[in-house]
Amino acid sequence: MIVLSSDNIRIAKELDMVLFRNRLKEYAVKIGMGLVNQTKLITAASELSRNMLRYAGEGTALIEIVNGQRQNGVRVTFSDKGPGISNIEQAMKDGFSTGKSLGLGLPGAKRLVSEFDIKSTVGKGTTITITKWKNG
Amino acid sequence: MKLDTAKILQKRKKQILELWMKNQLVDFSLREDLMSNEELTVQSEELVDVLLQALSDVNLDDIHSIALTPVHEALEGISISRAKQGYSPRETGTFVFSLKDALLSILQQEIKNDPVQLLEESLKISKLIDSLGIVTFETFIKGREEVILRQTDEIAEISTPVIRVWDGVVAMPIIGTLDSARTQVVMESLLQEIVDTSSNIAILDISGVPAVDSLVAQHLIKTVSATRLMGAECIISGIRPEIAQTIVHLGIDLSGIITKATLASALRHAYSLLQLEVRKSAVK
Ligand SMILES: Nc1ncnc2c1ncn2[C@@H]1O[C@H](COP(=O)(O)OP(=O)(O)OP(=O)(O)O)[C@@H](O)[C@H]1O
Ligand SMILES: [Mg+2]
Repeated sequence: MIVLSSDNIRIAKELDMVLFRNRLKEYAVKIGMGLVNQTKLITAASELSRNMLRYAGEGTALIEIVNGQRQNGVRVTFSDKGPGISNIEQAMKDGFSTGKSLGLGLPGAKRLVSEFDIKSTVGKGTTITITKWKNG
Repeated sequence: MKLDTAKILQKRKKQILELWMKNQLVDFSLREDLMSNEELTVQSEELVDVLLQALSDVNLDDIHSIALTPVHEALEGISISRAKQGYSPRETGTFVFSLKDALLSILQQEIKNDPVQLLEESLKISKLIDSLGIVTFETFIKGREEVILRQTDEIAEISTPVIRVWDGVVAMPIIGTLDSARTQVVMESLLQEIVDTSSNIAILDISGVPAVDSLVAQHLIKTVSATRLMGAECIISGIRPEIAQTIVHLGIDLSGIITKATLASALRHAYSLLQLEVRKSAVK
């Protein structure tokens, strides 16, 4: 996969999320992604960046335009150095939340994108990578 | 013989700073209205300090070295504060690039006997400062974006009007993102208006909300519950097709809430709840 362009954004407060979402939209528009996929991507990214803020305090989001086999896509990598997730399988279940919330962020984000990858080490942090293909 | 540029520059730190200050002060664009000369000196000194410190730890060839992180941080701090104070990009750019002149003239004095070395070291310094220039612009623009966002926020705050669309029906169009603070404002003014106008139907129009994630959805659900506690019904309108699909995939359950695609259909629903009928008048 070839990376065509990228942007690394630090997310440490609510305002950064707005900035990040705007930037992500620019990338999606740049590769000609349709409105529905754009909205799905931005919503998934919104969930994951809020998780970083809420559970890890802060983190970074790397936005990249990637060149897949048949089409371009936008890939976002969320990395934080927070507490990590001890039971990923449980965290990925609908309705599981340690924050008295809906528990839809992780599983919902996974349903909204084309590819979803999560790696987490307790005490070290969490890295989640999502990719949305232009027509995916 | 290997030359140690970092050491040479370290030794001439005082002159570098003086020269740089001189370069900055002669620049016609210097903004004494925004920052006093003393402040500028402090800022410049700070940057020269971290830069020279970093140079002694880092190979000059490697402009991506992490040893440069403190320099980037100092620069980011400076350019963000400049963006917010209203400096122009030119002024901020000049700040960094005039340092190049100072560093290069000192190098020229120190390595004047070896033109090949001088050229090589000058190119490295040049490349380094250019990369710092890029960092400066990136953060400068980010600073500006933050200013714009804050203003957008403020505008949104004052422009969340509640409209009486009919006797007993109030509507509230929401434009922009719906964060926790904003929800509070929306909820308070909506509930107050329901009391003031003794309305029993409220329409919350989200046509202007760019995305509905789980937090926004929770805010909407809370607003609807609060409205119901006041004895009024709440309709959410302006659910665009892309938003509807996203909500379904996300897994949010809005089935307990009356939702409509457009404000018009919400209004029609309100009329039917009030047992009103809108008809074309009969032709005479
Ligand atoms: N970046 C992270 N670092 C540490 N823990 C996390 C992180 N992201 C998620 N978690 C854990 O995974 C759980 C599930 O996350 P998810 O986003 O699905 O739900 P939630 O944030 O609790 O609720 P919602 O997102 O619906 O408001 C969280 O409650 C939290 O314990
Ligand atoms: Mg979440």
